[in-house]
Amino acid sequence: MDFEDTLEEAGYRTQVRAWLAAHAPAHETPAGRTLPEPEFMALARRWQACKAAAGYVGIMWPKAVGGQGGTPIQHIIFHQEEEHYRLPNVPFQVGIGMCLPTLFTHGGYGVTERFVRPAVRGEEIWCQLFSEPAAGSDLAGVRARAVRAGDDWVVNGQKIWTSYAHQADYGIVLLRTDPSQPKHKGLTMFYVDMRSPGVEVRPIKTLLGDAEFNEVFFTDVRIPDSQRLGEVGEGWKVSLTTLMFERLAVGGRPAQSPDARALVQLAGTLHQGPLKESSMVESLARFYVADEGMALTRMRSTTAVSRGQVPGPEASIGKLVMAKTLQDMSAYALELLEDAGLSDREDSPAHTYKFWYLWSAGLRIAGGTDEVLRNIIAERVLGLPPEDRPDRNTPFNQLKA
Amino acid sequence: MNFDFSEEQEEIRRQAKRFLAERRENLRTVLEGGSSFDRDSWNAVVEMGWPAAAVAEEHGGLGLGYLELCVLAEEFGASLVPVPFVSSVLQATEALKLAGAVDWLPSLAAGELIGTLAFSEEGAGNSWAARPQAWVEEGRLSGSKTPVADGLAADIAVVSAVSAEDGEGFGWYLVPLTGAGVQRESHDAVDRLRKHATLRFDNAEAIRIGAPGQGSELAEKLQEICAVLTAFEQLGGAEAALAMAIDYSKTRQAFGRTVASYQALKHKMADMYVKNQLARSHAYFGAWALSHQAPELPLAAAGARLAAIDAFGFAAEENLEVHGGIGFTWESDCQLFYRRARLLAASLGGRQRWSRKLVAALAVAH
Repeated sequence: MDFEDTLEEAGYRTQVRAWLAAHAPAHETPAGRTLPEPEFMALARRWQACKAAAGYVGIMWPKAVGGQGGTPIQHIIFHQEEEHYRLPNVPFQVGIGMCLPTLFTHGGYGVTERFVRPAVRGEEIWCQLFSEPAAGSDLAGVRARAVRAGDDWVVNGQKIWTSYAHQADYGIVLLRTDPSQPKHKGLTMFYVDMRSPGVEVRPIKTLLGDAEFNEVFFTDVRIPDSQRLGEVGEGWKVSLTTLMFERLAVGGRPAQSPDARALVQLAGTLHQGPLKESSMVESLARFYVADEGMALTRMRSTTAVSRGQVPGPEASIGKLVMAKTLQDMSAYALELLEDAGLSDREDSPAHTYKFWYLWSAGLRIAGGTDEVLRNIIAERVLGLPPEDRPDRNTPFNQLKA
Repeated sequence: MNFDFSEEQEEIRRQAKRFLAERRENLRTVLEGGSSFDRDSWNAVVEMGWPAAAVAEEHGGLGLGYLELCVLAEEFGASLVPVPFVSSVLQATEALKLAGAVDWLPSLAAGELIGTLAFSEEGAGNSWAARPQAWVEEGRLSGSKTPVADGLAADIAVVSAVSAEDGEGFGWYLVPLTGAGVQRESHDAVDRLRKHATLRFDNAEAIRIGAPGQGSELAEKLQEICAVLTAFEQLGGAEAALAMAIDYSKTRQAFGRTVASYQALKHKMADMYVKNQLARSHAYFGAWALSHQAPELPLAAAGARLAAIDAFGFAAEENLEVHGGIGFTWESDCQLFYRRARLLAASLGGRQRWSRKLVAALAVAH
């Protein structure tokens, strides 16, 4: 048992470190200051192009589709090393992490050739159009309709919570093609040009006051059948590919978020005398157990990957523990700061904790609410009976709204 | 990255699991007070060679390491088989190794002697590192120690005491418990499967181990080792309690469905799983630090201890709750985990003490 890389892993890490040291600093976002969106997007595109040129995008994708043909552990190593810098990766996370793998797994002839390169180089941005106002945790309840019309499908409906839809060139979209089938069976996946007539993107202002998410409205949008991903009626299965890649893409605490050690440091600056004598010790220790426990759990999953195995079920606790712990630690820090904790100024020590307190509320929902994740652990890991799903076998158009 | 046990270590685990599963029949005899431990099972454990696992070959051991000991600790914790494995192998043997008292290792490794630790004294809380009242004069020990785990079963004890040579500090002594000047009486403890005793010494033979005045430093170090090994024992108990809850909830019917299908119970068991996974990861970090003699050991031991207290307490309490009324009965095994969780949370020092250690270690790391 150790934390050492294998010889090959160590070699790859050295190479990655040297490359990042030479290229990452010039692409970092400024500390404690939010860039205006045009500047941020330009920086993000430059960084994406820089990585693509060096072969650090799609590390574990097959070479045949434009990837590097690398191993999952190389993918992990690159991201571990990349986390040491403040890099503008967010706009491409959904596209590279989820949309492109779905596209090259299920897209027909010519699709990979046309779309992988520009996406990898940051020239085209992708978004994922799955959730709807009435289909969140219950994603298979998608209502947006696609009706066949000759070689095209005509699409009407609404998607929501779509990150970067306002910047995106393309999106993958889950649509209902046969409402006479039960909900999981009448779905089909497509990709869509976000500039098609009838696509309207409206920003949603989140509780942070910015507009990272969007609503996307489809009014008689025509999607050619050649943009279908997978068979008609197989959309649910295709979406599982996307979500499987999502699990690889998201994981531990977000880059740049405070850990339990940072909180201990903050507590130390606020406490007179030795910190270990303070009444804070039990709370600080609890945060450490959750936060560091999650990081150590990821190392167990990484070990499985390093040994050429699939990560065990322990990987399922990551987001559940991470989001709530981040929320609790941020709340605790703001309380410790007392009057200073209510400040919203960017130069205040409370600023970062305020940001993560607000953002963590969204993290607890995105990619599965705490409650959905507990259901998943209970059913898929512990083998407990599934929830009663009375709508499962009823034709979708006979369900009560 | 290689942050897991090896295939060989997992094989030891599977072997221990199979072996211990068949050794649970005398559990109730010990629980009812029929004997102080399950001697048949202990003899079988000795035959398996496990007391020798982490003792060097030159001292009659198998020369395996802490990782093998951790795997065994987890399985003993899950099975609850009432043998003095923890006291003798995970604690007394480790104390003797730490103090360099290698002459005693062969008989402990061979299972010819059962050892235990006798540090705590009446009303003294739980600091192994605190200066004791017991004293040694001309190689003879007087005073009393309580509670001593497996104090009735043990043949020898590692005892903390003061003496002229120990100066302002105190020392460690090895005391044969079968000789003159030693009185033992049963001390009722929360856990009826691990019998405790009060030991009274009146000019009992005491052999110094370790350097004079070093008792406090040795105890601090031993506490870190024991915290990691106990974390594995706790983890085994927590996993067993979760397995019990899952099994029972799948068979029990209420309101026309199995209780396992209620989301309130599913989420409770999911939370047990989460805490167990966090405890497992921290325990592994402790195992790594122990086996590598890493400077992170104080931090890793505290993390392992706190996560294990959390996980086992929660799993034992909620397992009983999932069982409902039957879980509250003497006949149910729920009580065994419920009581064991409290024993293990208290016996090495509680959450407060280890939280202070953890925060101190984190503050040093900066």
